[in-house]
Amino acid sequence: MAAPEFKIPEYREFPTVPALVPGAMAHSKPYIANEKVQEGIGLPAKLADDWQVTHDKAIGKFGELLGKYRSLKVFMDSCVHCGSCTDKCHYFIGTGDPKNMPVARQDLMRSVYRRYFTLPGKLFPKLVGARDLTKDVLDEWFSYFWQCSECRRCSVFCPYGIDTAEVTMAARHILDSVGYGQKYSNEILAKVNKIGNNLGLPGPALEDTLLGLEEDVKEETGVDVRYPLDVKGAEVLLVTPSADFFAEPHIESLIGYGKVFHAAGISWTLSSYASEAGNFGLFNGDYNMMRKVAMRIREQALELGVKRIVVGECGHAWRVAYAFWNTLIGLGNNGNDPYSVELQKQLDPRYKEPSHICEFTWDLIQQGRLKFDKEANDSRIITFHDSCNVARGSRMGDYPGGQFEIPRNIIKAVANKFVDMPSATIRETTFCCGGGGGVLTDDLIELRVKGAFPRMEALQHVVENNGVNFMATICAICKAQFSKVLPYYGFNMRLVGGVHQLVSTAIRLGDEQ
Amino acid sequence: MTLFFAILFYLAFVIFTVGLGYKIYDFARTPAPLSIPTTPAPTTTAGVTFRMAREVILFESLFKGNLWIWLFGWMFHMGLFLVLVRHLRYFVDPVWGWLAFIQPFGKYAGFMMAAGLAGLWARRFLVERIRYISTPSDHLMLAMLLGIGLTGLSMSFLSHTDIISVKAFFLGLMAFDIQPLPAHPALFIHLSLVALLMIIFPFSKLLHAPGVFFSPTRNQADNPREVRHLAPWAAQIEKS
Repeated sequence: MAAPEFKIPEYREFPTVPALVPGAMAHSKPYIANEKVQEGIGLPAKLADDWQVTHDKAIGKFGELLGKYRSLKVFMDSCVHCGSCTDKCHYFIGTGDPKNMPVARQDLMRSVYRRYFTLPGKLFPKLVGARDLTKDVLDEWFSYFWQCSECRRCSVFCPYGIDTAEVTMAARHILDSVGYGQKYSNEILAKVNKIGNNLGLPGPALEDTLLGLEEDVKEETGVDVRYPLDVKGAEVLLVTPSADFFAEPHIESLIGYGKVFHAAGISWTLSSYASEAGNFGLFNGDYNMMRKVAMRIREQALELGVKRIVVGECGHAWRVAYAFWNTLIGLGNNGNDPYSVELQKQLDPRYKEPSHICEFTWDLIQQGRLKFDKEANDSRIITFHDSCNVARGSRMGDYPGGQFEIPRNIIKAVANKFVDMPSATIRETTFCCGGGGGVLTDDLIELRVKGAFPRMEALQHVVENNGVNFMATICAICKAQFSKVLPYYGFNMRLVGGVHQLVSTAIRLGDEQ
Repeated sequence: MTLFFAILFYLAFVIFTVGLGYKIYDFARTPAPLSIPTTPAPTTTAGVTFRMAREVILFESLFKGNLWIWLFGWMFHMGLFLVLVRHLRYFVDPVWGWLAFIQPFGKYAGFMMAAGLAGLWARRFLVERIRYISTPSDHLMLAMLLGIGLTGLSMSFLSHTDIISVKAFFLGLMAFDIQPLPAHPALFIHLSLVALLMIIFPFSKLLHAPGVFFSPTRNQADNPREVRHLAPWAAQIEKS
């Protein structure tokens, strides 16, 4: 690892709020999407040469979104600048840049809203902090709305429930619509639309990978665990983030899913056409894009005739699947319109559709259909990192908060040593890994390292006091982000892994059931 | 002066009710195309009602966020609420029994309101982060509210005005029969600021009052797997 060109935050003796360092992250900008990428996903190639054209287009889009999204409209109007959110963002804590305070980030957009869409902003802009949309303002949006991971932590503490993620999504949507896209996210959207997954792995490559996995597992366990692809008539379609197919430690969880299906004797399949659970359409706030990406899963579910749909370990993917699939592609339960009935009469109504792999595994554990050698995990002292989109944008099981209990229950069922990080840093107040929401790219490495600071601090606490040597999580982005930034804080990159990696270690294969 | 205040209050009343009514209509007609409650969230409508009640009455999220802001904010709002209820007596005749009963509470709630406002205002100067996000209008809004509170308190405890005539004035306004308003400097300031506040209400951050009820992260039940949330504009996409 080359020495970083920026200062890594130092652990605090007491969790004091950092002093403001105006402009500390003003230089942070992701690469801009090139014309080919933009056009490939149906967006304007680049900013218009005439600023007035861009200005009018941006304001026009802003107005359109205000009419389409109640969240945006209410959030633009409701903030009273109380300050409750100001010290809650991991990027603010890690950088001290005041524009990374959630309210200040929102105000980058709210100032423009007040100028163009409210009477006082039109009459007395200075008084209410309103400003014209200029190229500088748009550049500032591009910088700071790509310093938000849409983790929703601020929304927990807002007395009006203002969710900066919604504001960030709207801002990015406007930027996209004037040809000012972000390279990383838009390239990924191009790949998933063309090939079926964010990494651009074509079907034959997936097939090779899965065959290789079968050989590895056979060698290691002596059991023929299958990793099937495109099997018609399988009971379960598993949709998982494509990182699970080859990245470390992601692949360990994929191995685990396969072992769970094997041990429970449930037929399943992956799909090459719908080989991606992730949905970057969410990050850009683009409903149509999000729907288009999700549509591949609907089509495959119908094509393969599966009865159940299960989603692998991925945070934002689970939010999209759990909270949006029913709306976007009619994949849920109790549909009563022709569009959703078409799919839902095929799916098995006894199960939640879609189910999270943790819900799936936990159900089996409760039914006694899985057996474990917990001692196999005894070399690990485990903690659990709640991923933001799972924690604050979704649920598992039948009761609010199931998304916190079920993964922990699984860990405790497959391992003996578990300890939680400090309570202010987990569950609904969990800190983002620092790489979510479309910023998991090397051109934003400074942001990612600094944004990981609050989580690293909490991790350090349990490493020091409890000897933790394994941080389990259920998000592909968290896993990739931590693998990259852990070394900056002096940790081993292998400290992070998946919940089903732990399951994989302890599960008994064979005929115990 | 009587005529000035009569016109001012008719104007303020119309702007307040029409403006606020329009904003509420505007919030209500704008669709929420996706299910976005901040989870963990209640799964039923009854649960959502309870969550909203905790939010509106106890300021639950603010309590989680910052104890000082919660303390001052809650003191101010609860004080204001009692004071407003107490002021109903200027608009009904005869005064209802329970309204007469709460008068002393409302009277002293004025102190709580002013203290809360002072605390909130102090934070805008003393806390670096909040100083950074404060705009001139944030200060003016607090100044106006504090001005209303202090002039009100001064009329309750220092220099009384002829409240019988004040009541006659407002009952008269409601019956389009304008009665003389007593000449009293604190009363003039008090009423001017109240009217001004009513006028700016529909155009300002005071919209947080109706806004909280329309906030999708708080008013939606967590049931997306069971219920399809399809906005009209999104349904159009399905048809194309």
